[in-house]
Amino acid sequence: MNTNSPFFLDEILFVVLPYIALVIFLLVSIRRYLTQSFTFSSLSSQFLENQQHFWGLVPFHYGIIAIVTGHLIGFLIPREVLWWNSYPLRLYVLEISAFIFGVLTLVGLTSIIIRRLTTPKIKMVSSTADWILFGIFIVQIVSGLSVAVFHSWGSSWFASSAVPYLWSLATLSPDISYITAMPWMVKLHIVCAYVMIAFFPFTRLVHALVVPNPYLWRKTQVVRWYGAWKLKRAS
Amino acid sequence: MNVRSQISMVFHLDKCIGCHTCSIACKNIWTDRKGAEYMWWNNVETKPGTGFPTQWEDQEKYRGGWEKKNGSINLKSISKTRTITDIFHNPSMPSMDDYYEPWTYKYDELFNAPEGSDQPTARPISLVTGEYINVEAGPNWDDDLGGSRVYAENDPNLKNLSEEQQQQLFAIERLVMFYFPRICNHCLNPSCVASCPSGALYKRGEDGIVLIDQKRCRGWRQCIAACPYKKTFYNWSTGKSEKCILCFPRLETGQAPACFHSCVGRIRYLGVLLYDADRIEEVANKPNDELVDAHRSLILNPNDPAVISAALQNGVHESVIEFAQKSPVYKFVKEWKIALPPHIEFRTLPMLYYVPPMSPVMAQQNDDTVQSVSDSFFHDIEQSRVPLQFLANLFGAGHQGKVVYALKKQKAVRTYRRAVTVGDIEMSVAEKMLNEADCTTQEAEAIYQLTSLCTFDDRFVIPPMHREEAIEMMKDPHEHRSEVGFGFVEKPERGL
Ligand code: HEM
Ligand code: SF4
Repeated sequence: MNTNSPFFLDEILFVVLPYIALVIFLLVSIRRYLTQSFTFSSLSSQFLENQQHFWGLVPFHYGIIAIVTGHLIGFLIPREVLWWNSYPLRLYVLEISAFIFGVLTLVGLTSIIIRRLTTPKIKMVSSTADWILFGIFIVQIVSGLSVAVFHSWGSSWFASSAVPYLWSLATLSPDISYITAMPWMVKLHIVCAYVMIAFFPFTRLVHALVVPNPYLWRKTQVVRWYGAWKLKRAS
Repeated sequence: MNVRSQISMVFHLDKCIGCHTCSIACKNIWTDRKGAEYMWWNNVETKPGTGFPTQWEDQEKYRGGWEKKNGSINLKSISKTRTITDIFHNPSMPSMDDYYEPWTYKYDELFNAPEGSDQPTARPISLVTGEYINVEAGPNWDDDLGGSRVYAENDPNLKNLSEEQQQQLFAIERLVMFYFPRICNHCLNPSCVASCPSGALYKRGEDGIVLIDQKRCRGWRQCIAACPYKKTFYNWSTGKSEKCILCFPRLETGQAPACFHSCVGRIRYLGVLLYDADRIEEVANKPNDELVDAHRSLILNPNDPAVISAALQNGVHESVIEFAQKSPVYKFVKEWKIALPPHIEFRTLPMLYYVPPMSPVMAQQNDDTVQSVSDSFFHDIEQSRVPLQFLANLFGAGHQGKVVYALKKQKAVRTYRRAVTVGDIEMSVAEKMLNEADCTTQEAEAIYQLTSLCTFDDRFVIPPMHREEAIEMMKDPHEHRSEVGFGFVEKPERGL
C-alpha cells in the first residue's frame, strides 16, 4: 500500500470514504423508502413560480443526466470509450459535448440558486439540506469543469486510470496506485462525489431513485380492486 | 359487457343558492392544512364568470383533458413520450397566480396597535411567505358578479355567442347569473389518472372513486395540468398532489360526503350506477354532437336481467345492484334525461351530472306594473334569459338539443304542477306541454317529488361499500376494528 501521504490521507479518502458513502447511500435509501415513502417526491416548486423555473430546471437536468450517464458509460465500458477516442476528431467531439453538458448543468444550477434566493415563495420551501446540496453541487461541477479545461482529455484518462481504480473498489481489492499521483483538482472531484453519494439519501435527490419507467408501457387507466373482489373476478 | 358500479352525483342547479356551505364543510374536514389552504375540492362558481382557477374552462390556455387526433384520443397536456423531455418543467402547469395566494390576517395587530385616532386593523399576510400582501384574488372572487366586465365577460363559454346575446348578458335588468358548484367528477376516463407517471392515481374498481395514493405520488405534477376541471391540486408544502376523495371514509360508513350532507339548497343527489367498462374508450372517442348520448348509453339498466347477471358475474355485490335500482341519479340521467354532464367535450366522461337551470322569468316594466313578456305562464325556453348557447357550451359540448330537452321538460313539469296546485292553467294545456316534452304525468309527479319534496334518504342512496370483505382477506375484522383508527402511520410531512 502507498503510505506517502500523511495520516494515510489517501487511504481514508479513496478507500474508506467510498465504502462508507456507499453503505450510507444504500442503507438510508432503502430504510427511507420502506418507512418514509411519503417523503419521496421531486418537491416540485413549479406551482409557486413558473417562469424562471424553466431556465433552471431544464438545463440543469439535461446537463446532469447526460454527465452522470457519461460517467456510467466510462465506468462500464472503458475499452470502447478508449477505442472511440483513438481518432482525435472523435475525441474532440466527445470532450466538447461533455463540456457543453457540464456548462449546461452549471448554468441551470446557477439559475436554480438565484431563483431560490430571489423569489420569496421559493425561499420558503428551501430546506437546509437543499442549500448544503447546492454547495456540494457547485464544488462538484466547478471542479469537474476545471479538470476538463486544465487536465485535458479526461474521457481518455478517466477510462484508463480512474476506471481501474473504481473497479478495484468494486471488486473489494482497493488499489489507489492509479490515482495517488493525480492533480489535486481531480482528487477534489472524486472526494466530493463520495460526499455527494453519502448525502444523497438525506436530500430531495431520492426522487432520481423513483423515476417512473413503467409509465410508458402501462395501460392508460389504472383501476385498483379490494383484495376480495379481485379473487372473485379471477375465478 | 364488463359491468362495474360507480358512485355518481347529480347537482340540481335551479336549487343552488350560492351559500358556499358545501365548500366550507369540505375545507373544515380536508383542506385546512399547510400547503392545502388554497385548495377548494368543492367550490361554487358564478356563471357567467371566470371560475377557479381563473378561466379553467379555456383548454387552449390550460390544455387539460383529451383531444381527438387521428382517430384516437390523446392527452392534451403532454403525451406519454413527451413526458420524458418535459417532466422537469411541465409546459401546461398552472401556477398559484392562476388560483390565488392564500392569506390570513395579523390579528395580534388589533391588540398591539398603539393608541391613535384610527381604528386598528388586522392586515392580510400571505400564508405562504408570511409577508404582508395585497389580496388580489380569492377562490370566489367573482361571486355574484354576473354582468361584470372584468369577470363575467371573460367567461370562456361566451366564445361562440352572438354579439347581441353577449351584450344582453351585460345589460341592466337583463343580466343574469346562476351558481355552478363543482367537485371532482370521478370520471370514467380520467385524464389525471392517465397522466400520472408513477401510477399513483387510480380509480377504485368497486365504486369508481378516483384517488391519489399519497405514498406513490412523487410530485411529478402531471395530473394538475391534465385534469380539465382543475380538480387535482398540488400541495406546495408536502410536494404531493391531492384531490377530492368523495369523502370515502364517510361513504364507507353510510354517510353522504360532507358537501352533500351540508348542502343548504338540497341540490345534491348521490347514488350508484352500473356501466359497461368495455365501451369507455369507444364512447370517449365519439364526435362532439354524439357525446352526451353515447355517455348516457354507457349506463346500464339495473333492472335488466342480462345486466344483473353480468354484474354478479363481474363481482358486483347483490346489495349494490339493489341500490343501483333505487338510484336517484339513474332517474335524473337515464330515465328523465334532465341531468347532463359538464363539458363532456373534454372527454373524461364525468360522472357528476347537472340539471341545467331555468332562467328567471323574463319580465318588463310597463309604467308601474311588471309584466311577463311571454304569453305562456313561464317564458319560452328559446328566449331564456341565459342564452341557450351558453348552457349548451357548458352541458352539451356546444350542442343545444339535450339542454333544450331538459329545460322543456322542467318547464312542463312546473306548468303541470301549477295546474294541479293553483289551477290557473288548464290541465289540458299542461298535459299537452308534458306530451310535447316527452313526459307523462307520472313522470312529472316523480320529477316533482324528487326535486321539491326529497328527503335526506331520497337524495342519498348510498350502497354498502363492503370494506369488510377486503379486510377479511387480510385479517379478522374484529381484530382489525380494535387496531385501526384515523390518522397516519407515517406523518404526511415534507421530505428534506
Ligand atoms: C433521472 C431522472 C430525473 C427526473 C425525472 C427528475 C425530475 C425532477 C423534477 C420533476 C424536479 C422538480 C422540478 C420542479 O421544481 O418542478 C426535480 C428537481 C430537482 N432535481 Fe431531478 N430529476 C431526475 C434526476 C436528477 C438527478 C440525477 C439529479 C442530481 C444528481 C437531480 C437533481 C435535482 C435537484 C437538485 C432538484 C431541485 C431543483 C430546485 O431546487 O428546484 N435530478 N427533478
Ligand atoms: S351548499 Fe348547496 S346550496 Fe349552498 S352553495 Fe353549496 S351547492 Fe349551492
